[in-house]
Amino acid sequence: MARVVVDVMLKPEILDPQGQAVANALPRLGVDDVSSVRIGRRVEIEFDGEIDLDRVNEIADKLLANPVIEDFTVNVAEVA
Amino acid sequence: MRIGVVTFPGSLDDGDAARAARIAGAEAVRLWHGDSDLHNVDAVVLPGGFSYGDYLRCGAIARFAPVMESIIDAARGGLPVLGICNGFQVLCEAHLLPGALTRNQHLHFRNRDQWLRVESADTVWSNGFTAGQEILIPVKNGEGCFVADQRTLDELEAEGRIVARYIKGNPNGSQRDIAAITNEAGNVVGIMPHPEHAVEALTGPSLDGLGFFTSVLRALAGATAGGK
Repeated sequence: MARVVVDVMLKPEILDPQGQAVANALPRLGVDDVSSVRIGRRVEIEFDGEIDLDRVNEIADKLLANPVIEDFTVNVAEVA
Repeated sequence: MRIGVVTFPGSLDDGDAARAARIAGAEAVRLWHGDSDLHNVDAVVLPGGFSYGDYLRCGAIARFAPVMESIIDAARGGLPVLGICNGFQVLCEAHLLPGALTRNQHLHFRNRDQWLRVESADTVWSNGFTAGQEILIPVKNGEGCFVADQRTLDELEAEGRIVARYIKGNPNGSQRDIAAITNEAGNVVGIMPHPEHAVEALTGPSLDGLGFFTSVLRALAGATAGGK
C-alpha cells in the first residue's frame, strides 16, 4: 500500500476569511502575537500498488484543487 | 422551445427553475445528472442548491457528472446555458466561465432581496433588459464571493462580459460587485442571485427574474427565424 498526501492551500493573494476569523479569535485564548492564519485542506490518498506521481498531480490539478484560487503540493508518505 | 433543467444530487431550485421556464412560455425538460443525453433541449439551466453536498468545493464534483460532459461540449458549440448560484459555481469549475466563487467575506450566509444593475444586455440570457436597468431579485448564498485575478477582471470589464453588478450593498464581497458574468460568445451566463425566485407576484419581490428566461426564448426564436 502506498499513500500520497496532497495539501491544498488558497493562493496567497486570495482572501481567507475563515483564517481571519480564527486569527481574530486567538486573542480570546490569550494569544496576541499571531499575524496571520490561513486554512487549507489535507487529502490522503492510498493506492493499492505503485504511486504514479504524474497521475496524482493530474488528480490534484483537475479535482482536488481549483488552480484559479488554490495551490497544491504532493508528498509521498511513509506507511508503516 | 425546450429548456432543460438539470437535477444533481443536492439541487434545490430545479423545481423553481423549471416553473420559471414554463411561466416564460417554454417547455421545461428535466435532465438527470447521471444521464448524458440532453434530450434535444434548446437551452440548459443549472439550478441552485448544494450539488453533491458542496463537498470538496462547491460545484467541483458536479462538473464531472455525465450530463455535464454533454453540456460542456454543447456550450462550446453555442448552446445557451444559465448557471444560477450553485450552477454558476459549476460553470466556473467546468472552466466555461473564468474566476471562482469563494466563501462570503463576512462568513455569513446571506438571504435577502437584492438590487442589481444589468450591465450587459448583449447575452442570450439578458437581451430582454436594457443596460443600466435596475432589477430586484433574491440572493441566497454562503459562497458567492466572485474572485479572479486583476487581468481577468479587467478583461471582463473591457469586453462587456459583466452581465450584472450588485448595487445598494454587496452581499458577499464579490470583486468589483460582480453578480453575473458571461463567456466570450455570450451564450453561457453565471449569476449568483436567483432570477427563478422572482417570476410571480405571490412569492417573489418582483417579476424581474422572468427577463432572463424570456430573453433566451427571444434569442432562440431569433436564431430560428434567421435560419441559423
